[in-house]
Amino acid sequence: MAVDRLSLDIPDRSITVLVGPSGCGKTTTLRMINRMVEPSEGTILLDGKDIQQQSVNTLRRSMGYVIQNAGLFQHRTIVDNIATVPRMLGWGKEKARERARELMERVGLDAALAKRYPYQLSGGQQQRVGVARALAADPPVLLMDEPFSAVDPVVRKGLQDELLRIQEELGKTIVFVTHDIDEAVKIGTMVAVMRTGGRLAQFAPPAELLSSPADEFVEDFLGADRGIRRLSFFSSAGLGLLTAPVVAIDATAEQIAARDTAEAPYLLVTDLDGKPLGWSEPQDLTAGSVDKGQLLSYGRPFVAGTDSLRAALDCAVLSPTGWAVAVDAEGRVAGVVSQQTIAEAIRGAHAEGRTDSKVAG
Amino acid sequence: MNGLHYINAFFSDNAHWQGYDGIPTRVAEHIQYTLEALALAAAIGLPVGLVTGHTGRGGNALSLIATAGRALPTFGLLVLMTLLFGFGLVNVMTPLVVLAVPPILVTTYEAMRSVDPSPVDAARGMGMSEAGVLFQVELPAALPLILGGLRSAAIQIVSTATIAAYVSLGGLGRYIVDGLYQRNYEKVVGGATLVAVLALVTLAVFWAASRLTVSRGVRASG
Ligand SMILES: Nc1ncnc2c1ncn2[C@@H]1O[C@H](COP(=O)(O)OP(=O)(O)OP(=O)(O)O)[C@@H](O)[C@H]1O
Ligand SMILES: [Mg+2]
Repeated sequence: MAVDRLSLDIPDRSITVLVGPSGCGKTTTLRMINRMVEPSEGTILLDGKDIQQQSVNTLRRSMGYVIQNAGLFQHRTIVDNIATVPRMLGWGKEKARERARELMERVGLDAALAKRYPYQLSGGQQQRVGVARALAADPPVLLMDEPFSAVDPVVRKGLQDELLRIQEELGKTIVFVTHDIDEAVKIGTMVAVMRTGGRLAQFAPPAELLSSPADEFVEDFLGADRGIRRLSFFSSAGLGLLTAPVVAIDATAEQIAARDTAEAPYLLVTDLDGKPLGWSEPQDLTAGSVDKGQLLSYGRPFVAGTDSLRAALDCAVLSPTGWAVAVDAEGRVAGVVSQQTIAEAIRGAHAEGRTDSKVAG
Repeated sequence: MNGLHYINAFFSDNAHWQGYDGIPTRVAEHIQYTLEALALAAAIGLPVGLVTGHTGRGGNALSLIATAGRALPTFGLLVLMTLLFGFGLVNVMTPLVVLAVPPILVTTYEAMRSVDPSPVDAARGMGMSEAGVLFQVELPAALPLILGGLRSAAIQIVSTATIAAYVSLGGLGRYIVDGLYQRNYEKVVGGATLVAVLALVTLAVFWAASRLTVSRGVRASG
């Protein structure tokens, strides 16, 4: 038995992720929703109605379906691939193609690709076409089976961000299968961790999953750095940023001396726009002739307020001085913060048990 | 006397271009037999191959039939049919069709089975009917191989349709059979050359057909 007595209440207009080890029955569960697999017993209700009650093709046409290798039709151009379901629903050719072009834009595909064939596209682009095709008839439900697992990590991250953005605009009810817990945590509004035999191990929002795994199986599945991952759910907004140890590159000797406080052993030098250049010890800075080559690298800055504590900590850990640089949306320095301060913020957040709803990065 | 000389002599003789035994008539007859036999074989082989390939059922039975069909000696069948039913076109068509069905049937079945399963799964998942899956997804992808099967069947028919002459029918076999009987080697070589040319024309026709019907997306993605 692939899936045994699974009971799930999938919330409307949000992303529910099914995650679990290979062979645990995720695909089988997903395919029961569009009746690609018929359950031997039990029922599936959609908006309170048994899905068995309508014809199988009507049901499927009301659900987008995206699979691992996109499954595009090699003999059709990109627009015609995307226009498939509208055409099946009886739309005219031109109207269906127009709709297809709209969707290409929505999923971030260049309009120039419309007349190409699938073999002329990269794996990531093909996957976008697969998503566009699933969305073409504006179905309320979207079923996705490991849609991003065949592309490299950078492209995958792009596709995940795109999906979240599209979801923000369209508000579909999405069931998303993956075996990648990071993807599940990033994408899911609710995450169902499944164990072999299709049994439910835990069904919870990602932050709750990370903070209180139901049992050892879930804890193992979350992996060793679940503590660090959990920081993704704490905002960096409350961090006390210091602006004192920041000087512009044209600073005078007095300004440098004034900034040399006991608070920070290093000063962050910025260019005239306020963008970070690098760290230096105060005594190594000569007013009027700061050598950019002598500055210590500042690592990867985090966006204050938008990024999570995880990004802030990562930044501090990567920085040779142990201090993280916070920037605003334009990349100008908003302040600097030490590892100690970040650690205190983490302790504070844990103590409060507070999880800001999902934070980027 | 060499082959080229015979060919030259055969084709430059004006008498060979006229009348009921002239080249145009014999070629037309040969083409007619070929088209009829191919149409009949395709009418049997294509639907059966498409449906069994689509459903994936009956593959074993199918390869048995095909092997049996291939094992039947074409000429023997012709003699048998003639002994049983006397002279007539049906006696010629039967062995030709029996010859052509196996390559069409087997390649069509295999072409359908070798279609990438993921677009098929995607098509079903988006609510396409089974007929839609067969004709709009599987067939366009399987078409190059299917055309290949039809092409080899057609070539086999073109070369084998010469047997019609043994049962007093026309076609290019006439030149070969009569030539051998009359010890007129010019005629034999000329007839054989025409059969070869017709086979090449068949290749060209199928090449053109595949350019026209196979999508660029399928051709390029191999
Ligand atoms: N068509 C089928 N008939 C019978 N058993 C099947 C079928 N498809 C899958 N199974 C079995 O059902 C179980 C669950 O398979 P399923 O494909 O749902 O797993 P999964 O969680 O999606 O795995 P993966 O991460 O590898 O895709 C497996 O043990 C598998 O062998
Ligand atoms: Mg699976």
